[in-house]
Amino acid sequence: MEDRQTLNRNLAQMLKGGVIMDVTTPEQARIAEAAGACAVMALERIPADIRAAGGVSRMSDPKMIKGIQEAVSIPVMAKCRIGHFVEAQILEAIEIDYIDESEVLSPADDVYHIDKRKFNVPFVCGAKDLGEALRRINEGATMIRTKGEPGTGDVIQAVRHMRMMQSEIRRLTSLNADELYEAAKQLRVPFDLVQYVHDNGKLPVVNFAAGGVATPADAALMMQLGAEGVFVGSGIFKSGDPVKRAQAIVKAVTNYDNPKIIAELSEDLGEAMVGINENEIELLMAERGK
Amino acid sequence: MSNNGNIHSLVIAVLALQGAFAEHEQMLRKLGVETFEIRNRADWDKPKDGLIIPGGESTTMTRIMHDLDLWEPIKEAINNGLPVFGTCAGLIMLDSNHLGTMDITARRNAYGRQLGSFYHDGEFMGITDAKLEGDDDSSSLTPHATLPMTFIRAPYIETAGEDVEILATVDGKDVAARQGNQLVTAFHPELNDDTRIHEYFVKCIINYA
Repeated sequence: MEDRQTLNRNLAQMLKGGVIMDVTTPEQARIAEAAGACAVMALERIPADIRAAGGVSRMSDPKMIKGIQEAVSIPVMAKCRIGHFVEAQILEAIEIDYIDESEVLSPADDVYHIDKRKFNVPFVCGAKDLGEALRRINEGATMIRTKGEPGTGDVIQAVRHMRMMQSEIRRLTSLNADELYEAAKQLRVPFDLVQYVHDNGKLPVVNFAAGGVATPADAALMMQLGAEGVFVGSGIFKSGDPVKRAQAIVKAVTNYDNPKIIAELSEDLGEAMVGINENEIELLMAERGK
Repeated sequence: MSNNGNIHSLVIAVLALQGAFAEHEQMLRKLGVETFEIRNRADWDKPKDGLIIPGGESTTMTRIMHDLDLWEPIKEAINNGLPVFGTCAGLIMLDSNHLGTMDITARRNAYGRQLGSFYHDGEFMGITDAKLEGDDDSSSLTPHATLPMTFIRAPYIETAGEDVEILATVDGKDVAARQGNQLVTAFHPELNDDTRIHEYFVKCIINYA
């Protein structure tokens, strides 16, 4: 008999090669689905607006999430605050397909993440490096994404996080057995997770890119750097032509290794989201929850 | 497999637009079958003996297949006899509301959301259990193999035409079927280590040719 952890890792496998889009209304959800999104993230405000509004940011109204669940047939995800296990219980009660325990919202606990193994519903968590990724997996996350810097339209942090994770994975694969014990200690994770990465050269769960993806080229860049799929938050519905941009990013993820196709897809997309450069950011969301 | 000589000359393409295509490629490689990915029209034009349409999201695959001019050629090739194996979303893609090559209608998300996903050890008609064949008492036992079946936000087959042979049923619902050159499962044989359904598909290709 397979357990929920396995079934939940399996759902993430079905999302691979796809684009998960942030949506705030049933109408946007339908646009995302028609454009080819493999799942949607239901939230009241997209990260760029959360950033602009400031203040404490919380789980979305369950009624709003249910409206989106009714509007589409693809999986629906929603965010809860880091450590806020009651928000997670609420999302499980409305049968969400995936919970994002997310640094985009204000953290509810500055020490503990949610014990995700207590839940039947799956969790995706953000990570900046291999240690964070493996700690979240140890807590029960069945999918990982880079943190990036949400709501900025700037891909630099997602690139940094993905490169860091991939280089640390490559390093682990080259270690001797006796060195692995020390690596587990330094990463603050159980030995069996370190051994899995050493033996397989990859995380034991699916790994997506997230944070600052705004163009088909950004999405393809993250895929070439080793992402298995892409979250696009503010990049679509903050742009001039969301439908066209959404469709283009979906096809760019499928053909991430084909510059000719990506060149065609990148034509006439209208305005990309304006974006904020890294040194202009006042709040670094990626520093939440390590 | 009785026909090892043929297996190694087979090439089976895997539709790699979105979803769990890599898992299928792994299964094929385990069987010693050559495989390549189809991501665009140029890939499609390469020679192949069979096609796998993997699990993923059928709405996503539909969109990309239309946009990248893959819909009509795939439909035509299957109608002309190209052996095809669809799992989960792949089953949906072949039904009468999508490519329409197979005489079935699928019910999408038939078991509800992710909380309804489940694992089941079920009988698969068409594969006999090797362990039982050598048994003296085998005639009194079921000859069908029991296989691991992982259902992830799965569909089932709601209606099937006369030419469709049902190969597996779980709780009264049809979850695997064959019609000539087309094989479908609502579950994901590519997620477990058991390669028998992929072997069955390879055998179908060899026998169908």
